[in-house]
Amino acid sequence: MREWAEYTIEEAGGRATVIITGPLVVSSIGKLDPELRGITDSIQAIDISEAGPIDTVGAWIVFRFSQRTGADIVGASEQAEVLLDAVESAESDAEVSPYRRQTLGRVTEHVGTKVIEFMGGVRSSVAFLGAILIAMASLAIHPRRFRVKALVRQMELVGVSSLPIIGLMSFLIGIVIAQQGAVQLQQFGAETLTVNLVGRITMRELGVLMTAIMVAGRSGSAFAAQIGTMKLTEEIDAMRTIGVSPMEALVIPRILAAVLMMPLLGFYASCIAIIGGAVIGDVMLGIPFWTFLARVQEVVPTYDFWVGMVKAPVFGLIVAMAGCYQGMQVSGNAEEVGLRTTAAVVQAIFMVIVLDAFFAVFFTEIGWA
Amino acid sequence: MSEEETDFPIRIRGLTNAFGDFVVHEDLDLDVRRGEILGVVGGSGTGKSVLMRSIIGLQPPVKGDIEVFGHNITQAEPDEVIGVRNRWGVLFQGGALFSTLSVGENVQVPLKQFYPELKQQLLDEISRYKVVLTGLPEDAAAKFPSELSGGMRKRAGLARALALDPELLFLDEPTAGLDPIGGAKFDQLTRELTDTLGLTVFLITHDLDTLYAICDRVAVLADKKVIAVGTIPELLEHDHPWIQEYFNGPRARAASATHERGKALDKHGSEKA
Ligand SMILES: Nc1ncnc2c1ncn2[C@@H]1O[C@H](COP(=O)(O)OP(=O)(O)OP(=O)(O)O)[C@@H](O)[C@H]1O
Ligand SMILES: [Mg+2]
Repeated sequence: MREWAEYTIEEAGGRATVIITGPLVVSSIGKLDPELRGITDSIQAIDISEAGPIDTVGAWIVFRFSQRTGADIVGASEQAEVLLDAVESAESDAEVSPYRRQTLGRVTEHVGTKVIEFMGGVRSSVAFLGAILIAMASLAIHPRRFRVKALVRQMELVGVSSLPIIGLMSFLIGIVIAQQGAVQLQQFGAETLTVNLVGRITMRELGVLMTAIMVAGRSGSAFAAQIGTMKLTEEIDAMRTIGVSPMEALVIPRILAAVLMMPLLGFYASCIAIIGGAVIGDVMLGIPFWTFLARVQEVVPTYDFWVGMVKAPVFGLIVAMAGCYQGMQVSGNAEEVGLRTTAAVVQAIFMVIVLDAFFAVFFTEIGWA
Repeated sequence: MSEEETDFPIRIRGLTNAFGDFVVHEDLDLDVRRGEILGVVGGSGTGKSVLMRSIIGLQPPVKGDIEVFGHNITQAEPDEVIGVRNRWGVLFQGGALFSTLSVGENVQVPLKQFYPELKQQLLDEISRYKVVLTGLPEDAAAKFPSELSGGMRKRAGLARALALDPELLFLDEPTAGLDPIGGAKFDQLTRELTDTLGLTVFLITHDLDTLYAICDRVAVLADKKVIAVGTIPELLEHDHPWIQEYFNGPRARAASATHERGKALDKHGSEKA
């Protein structure tokens, strides 16, 4: 059981005295504090001679009470005197929390800052693109500064280590498309067209698109979090002071790795999806596995392959740029790293899908339909 | 309540700490007496911070026993030992403030955690005077850690460590990075709090002035062990080469001289009065 500090009021000769009993420490004054605040009578003295042990919180409460009511503190032990002096000298009425507006004001303020941030964001992302181009150019002039090891390491992280998950995802997508497509096409007696459906849609669209989304989730977020944390711990500043450009050392290898690996991953994803479709063809439609694959070769035009391969590096660039850009924007605290990482992934996926729509119209217009 | 009466809030027996094959401590013993300021010194990388982390239960040792207030820390989970946690305060070497909270709110975190009955108004008042008590300017209370200087972060960390008026205080290099005047005030504050609140302080430091000015005893960490514990005059008798070099180096002599001069001045002043 916890022992609480308590008080009684004693009146003698027109003098009211608050007498405190029990320990005056942080663990026991939870009840006493609001009670003392509630006293509105005039009090001439506060007696703490019967109180138990005292710490700075207890001393503070006594001090504040005597200050508010003008009561004299009596019966303070030597230790209590020291603590009372200490808290008295440390008295302050400054704000404890930074200024935070009321709800209505906060909403308008928030909308305003969002708009300003958006405008600033457009500008600084263009600036970031410019900085990347400058770094590329300076690497072209001084190719020996190029960090091959970092590039290879990032290619491993972005590409090789994501093979299992992208393979599994693509295989399942191939199964779903073939199975759902076959059900619909059977109604027209055209189930053999499932081959066209699976082959073309994965090569043209889904292989690269789903891969880009997966890479945004796996690597784009990692870029933002790594670079963001390095900014917080001043590693990036340290790099700059020793003449290492963070653009060259961190950003370029990541962007190049994503641009180089995306076409490979996208093609790999398309192939696995077709294999998934072929499995369903074998099981559900009675098209032998190898026949399915052979038919894919006949019905998928070569330009479908090129459509995918043109889009892939662009998507890679967008994902990596969003990750690195958001990472470089981190400042202040740990929460910011999380926010920026989320922003990197959301922006990357959004832009990839928007661009994909443009590409679809574009390729159809030039006759690669 | 028998554990309350132990004269050694911290008791370490046969402690071995290792990271993989790299052994930091081997068969280390140490007792910290109630009410003393124990300075812990040793070269960089001798495992002072690791020792502190194992005492507060963050670094599970390979072998050995650690008792804090009579509770065995080594057999408890890191998040357990609640009975002990509100009786100590810890200042980490890097400050370790919560970056999304202002300094004042940082101080309130342990208070809210252990004493939910405290009213917000009182919490605000407590965090205010704690912030000022540790020598920060008033307006620092509303600032975020990222808006403070390195030395100010140290002080804010101390304010949070002192939030609960703990009986046992762990300080990892509290005066590193403080200006000399601030450092001296910090020392004085630690001494005062120890004397008035009966604190026990485990103080890791490289600051010789701090050692001379406020430590009751000094423990020397070297060769994976505590090679000596005692008052500075006792340690001066010790013939371990590192101790000799440490206390007889030019910096140590300067600190010692300052200390002597300070004492002489004090005496002079009090005689006059
Ligand atoms: N997480 C860790 N993993 C591996 N080794 C570690 C880890 N933390 C500390 N060490 C090693 O343990 C040793 C002791 O480290 P510690 O931080 O305790 O040094 P210290 O005595 O506090 O030094 P300083 O005075 O510089 O703060 C060092 O050699 C360090 O390399
Ligand atoms: Mg250390």
